[in-house]
Amino acid sequence: MRRYSAFAIAREAARYHQGWERAWASPEPKKSYDAIIVGAGGHGLATAFYLGKNFGITNVAVIEKGWLGGGNTGRNTTIIRSNYLQDPSAAIYEKARSLYETMSQDLNYNVMFSPRGVIMLAQTHHEVRGYLRTAHANALQGVKTEFISPQRVKEIVPIINLDGPRYPVLGGLWQARGGTARHDAVAWGYARACSDMGMDILQKTEVTGIRKENGAVTGVETSRGFIGTKKLGIVVAGHSGVLADMAGFRLPIESVALQALVSEPIKPCMDCVVMANTVHGYMSQSDKGEMVIGGGADGYNNYTQRGSFHHIEETVRALVETFPMVSRLKMLRQWGGIVDMTGDRSPILSKTPVDGVFINCGWGTGGFKAIPGSGWGMAELMARGYSPLTAEFGLNRFKEGRFIDESVAAGVAH
Amino acid sequence: MLILECPCCGVMADETELAPGGEAHLKRYGPGSSDEEFEGYLFHRMNPKGVHFERWRHANGCGKWFLAARDTNTLEVFATYSAQTPEPPQHVLDAIRAKRPDWSLDQ
Repeated sequence: MRRYSAFAIAREAARYHQGWERAWASPEPKKSYDAIIVGAGGHGLATAFYLGKNFGITNVAVIEKGWLGGGNTGRNTTIIRSNYLQDPSAAIYEKARSLYETMSQDLNYNVMFSPRGVIMLAQTHHEVRGYLRTAHANALQGVKTEFISPQRVKEIVPIINLDGPRYPVLGGLWQARGGTARHDAVAWGYARACSDMGMDILQKTEVTGIRKENGAVTGVETSRGFIGTKKLGIVVAGHSGVLADMAGFRLPIESVALQALVSEPIKPCMDCVVMANTVHGYMSQSDKGEMVIGGGADGYNNYTQRGSFHHIEETVRALVETFPMVSRLKMLRQWGGIVDMTGDRSPILSKTPVDGVFINCGWGTGGFKAIPGSGWGMAELMARGYSPLTAEFGLNRFKEGRFIDESVAAGVAH
Repeated sequence: MLILECPCCGVMADETELAPGGEAHLKRYGPGSSDEEFEGYLFHRMNPKGVHFERWRHANGCGKWFLAARDTNTLEVFATYSAQTPEPPQHVLDAIRAKRPDWSLDQ
């Protein structure tokens, strides 16, 4: 792999850009691999990358039904933060956030990580108390956040309306090193690095069955034939239930649609991410100038990547209350993704009832921010059978009642 | 927009009138059940890509609970029926099989 650099741009400019290589190969599948990851989204590719980088396991295939990064990795609102209440969540999300800091250098691929800061608005007294508690928990966890006053919120986000018609802004939880990154580039960067290590990324290859012998996995049936393996990682987000059904177990997961939308591009007006969880909307401005907007998930099972129209209306209404200047913006695009929601709204990174099958799912409405940490932990789990990052996120927590009670605590926009 | 006919009051209700209530026909387990049964009842869900039985409440209408058979992959609605049924009645199964000949209940 030729490295990307300023020198490479100059070299290619001098020869009409004829020398750029393909970023990753499109090989034919081998008969078997040491490990197979199903799902070439951010989490799947990050798992493969850290299997190779941290554990030297490079005889790996990443199998993808569609195209690389075409699922939720390319459909999220690119927010990165780690201001969670519970210790296991703070550990994995902060690991991820810290890996984002150096990801462009580590992968030699510009993922445009922009630590522009994230504010979560407190708009009720309950939220004020909740975020004060989170700020104290974050201090103990070594995650740098602070609770800020409404005046400070206004200084950071001049376009905000502090005295909205329903909920005044009473403060905010501010994480200065949170921010955004280019979501496609995260998948592309990992894919290029994996391909460089000799891993096979098999796009347009659908897994149709999982073969088992004596309770252990022996390989996967795919649309391009049988591929053998002793270690299988299922990292397929919304379709986790479908894959688990093939492997013969059930998950505490329901798949629902979550939507996002972007406005027409406008001049820079907001240089951070603002989440308003009481009124249910969040917004940031992309480098192109579009306002990137997200809101709540639908309430019923859905696999269509289309959501309900009234959720768009609710989200936009919330943002017009919070930022009156957006009321005349035209919206350019709207889309949906299928998110996998667990019973306690925290992810599952776990062994499964089938020997050799590991699952990484349940990231629900907030998986993008966790990609590097999730891949790091999942790779360790697959290589060694244990990872301190994933230990609390096992499937057995539902039977044992050890929930990671984050959905009420962090005010995640569900 | 999802539109369901409420079998209690007969109104064709938009989803903004309805409150979703999750998977239908769950078997309740309580005191005396095993850990596995209780875990399954509380958390494990079919979550099928296809035919799904689910609970709905006509929240901004007559207020009654009812059940619906729907396809989560096409958003097609096969039938809505009374919530006082422990399993899908024959006319609902017939309505599903008319459009999904290969489908079976134990999937």
